[in-house]
Amino acid sequence: MGLTLNHYLVLGAILFCIGLYGALAKRNAVAVLMGIEIMLNAVNITMVAFSFFNRALPYATYLTGQIFAIFIITVAAAEAAVALAMIIAIYRRRSTVDVGEIDIMKW
Amino acid sequence: MDLVTVIFWIIAVILVGSALLVVTQRNIVHSALALVLVFAMAAGIYLLLNAEFIAIVQILIYAGAVTILILFALMLTRTSNIQLNSNPNNRQWWLAVIVSALVGAVIVYAAGVSPHAVADVGNGSSQLPPGINNVVRIGQLLYSPTTYSYVLPFEIATVVLLVAIVGAIVIGRED
Repeated sequence: MGLTLNHYLVLGAILFCIGLYGALAKRNAVAVLMGIEIMLNAVNITMVAFSFFNRALPYATYLTGQIFAIFIITVAAAEAAVALAMIIAIYRRRSTVDVGEIDIMKW
Repeated sequence: MDLVTVIFWIIAVILVGSALLVVTQRNIVHSALALVLVFAMAAGIYLLLNAEFIAIVQILIYAGAVTILILFALMLTRTSNIQLNSNPNNRQWWLAVIVSALVGAVIVYAAGVSPHAVADVGNGSSQLPPGINNVVRIGQLLYSPTTYSYVLPFEIATVVLLVAIVGAIVIGRED
């Protein structure tokens, strides 16, 4: 039996869930960011798999899923840079990166 | 089972295992190093899907740049007991387990029953025409101003990167 699209979709779903758990359950802000990066990678795997198994718009003609993956990688890199700058700025001000203690905007 | 299937299962097992290591390690530096393995194995998955350009970009940007950025952030925000418990769970971690398991179940169920997801799927055997490889095709799609290309989103992405660079410098500056 060969590989089908569902293999890649289930792999992407499992990775997305692990990343979601990391983003929800962790207290260190950098660990939350790592969970978000895993989630973005899961979505990229799904996009590239859709591009590979596409019959309506053939792989050889359009490669739309791979273009989407490139833009996701671009935005993820920008997001990582800005988020880590924010984490360092917060650490400098409050000497903690615990997301439970950063509650200055909570009322 | 052919070779591609065997390689897929090996890569998938390492990928899921190292992703679990990222979210379960007590030392956050170990989590960051397991993240490198996640990114490298995702590049392997892209190679299996005939996406050479994405695989190289994944290695360069994720395994290279983003990981170094995360390690630098860890170095600059040192917690007191980095060996013992620098990557703690919060009190609602069991709720996070339930939520992520439910989300995963919904995704797998939707991928199984949705008529749009499975109705028009090829066997993945479509190949590029001879003389045109993956990088050439992506370059044509990104740069050439033809009727079907992504020049405008590409230019907008450059503006996004510029704003991100300026924003990171402004936010991270000491004042």
